[in-house]
Amino acid sequence: MNLNATLLGETIAFIVFVWFTMKFVWPPLNGAIEERQNKIADGLAAGERAEKDLELAQEKASEQLKEAKAQAADIIEQAKKRAMQIVDEETQKGHDERESIISQGHAEVVAERNRAKEDLRQQVSVLAIAGAEKILERQIDAAAHSDILDKLVAEL
Amino acid sequence: MAGELTTQGYIKHHLTNASVGEGFWTWHVDTLAWSILLGLVFIISFYAVARKATVGVPGKFQCFVEMIVEFVGNSVKDTFHGKNPLIAPLALTIFVWVLLMNTMDIIPVDWLPSLAALIGGESWETISSGQSHIYMKVVPTTDLNMTAALALGVFILMIFYSIKIKGVGGFLKELYAHPFNTPWLYWFNFILEVIALIAKPMSLALRLFGNLYAGELIFILIAGLMGVWQLPAHFIWAAFHLLVIPLQAFIFMMLTIVYLSLAHEDH
Repeated sequence: MNLNATLLGETIAFIVFVWFTMKFVWPPLNGAIEERQNKIADGLAAGERAEKDLELAQEKASEQLKEAKAQAADIIEQAKKRAMQIVDEETQKGHDERESIISQGHAEVVAERNRAKEDLRQQVSVLAIAGAEKILERQIDAAAHSDILDKLVAEL
Repeated sequence: MAGELTTQGYIKHHLTNASVGEGFWTWHVDTLAWSILLGLVFIISFYAVARKATVGVPGKFQCFVEMIVEFVGNSVKDTFHGKNPLIAPLALTIFVWVLLMNTMDIIPVDWLPSLAALIGGESWETISSGQSHIYMKVVPTTDLNMTAALALGVFILMIFYSIKIKGVGGFLKELYAHPFNTPWLYWFNFILEVIALIAKPMSLALRLFGNLYAGELIFILIAGLMGVWQLPAHFIWAAFHLLVIPLQAFIFMMLTIVYLSLAHEDH
């Protein structure tokens, strides 16, 4: 149990082992560990960044969706208005046409009636003359009495 | 001739180193051989991993080695705040080497000595009667020379870095101008501080030696005295000793870091 030369031998062994560890064992192992730690840290940071990006993209997408929905609603609204307008316009046009057709018809009817009246008048004057001829049993000069006949016709 | 096996003789036999040489120039061959063998186991296995260390997914053994390296590295980082590329490898070497040497304690106390005696040509009767002339202490840390060598190495580094960082004057000033900073008491400070300085390696060496020597002695006593009852007793003591083995390795490493950290501090 005395201290002896073993102490020296062990001290030398100790120094050699420490030197070897310092030279060949510690640096590569610690280097590998630290490099891996950096890699993991980078990976985690990248993951976090990607998550943020995703969140941003989702937000953007939902915003765009909202915008698109609003636009669609606008377009539908406009289309409805336009349709209503078209219906109104067409109704108006139809109405006008009907009016014009009716008024045209009216005018035609009136013209027809006038013509018929005129015809009737002509025929009445002829009939009147014929009647008067019968009544007078003689030929009345139509030309000589035309003023009277005209007055008669006008009175009809 | 083969005498009676006495408990005293048995214990004495187990506590004797295989040695060559005389006086101071005695070499404890068993301590040297086992410690160097275990040191080689440490550096070769760690070197094998270090050479092929990948940054990618590590293998199981690399993981194990990295766990130890990281554990030691964190211990160093927590305690030692300077920049010194020696401290962490030193701590790693001390931790693993001492741990391996302490672990030899778990191997049943008669196995390796008996095997050595058989290889050495002793007959089985001689061995079992405790008369073998081949000695073998397999736990290097139960040899004061081993623990003192470690402590001496640490002590030399403490002195070296104290002088390197603070200069010879600064180192001496630390010895005489502390804790009482008046010239009247410098002599007193000097005695106090030199004792404190010497106590550091002494306590390092004696703590490790004492714990492991006591543990080994109890294993030997159990084996020598308890007959059949040594089986459960061995188990219980071994289970308890499993705590002591890494704890003492860790304490030696931590105190080394602390002492070297103190050596780097400039007041």
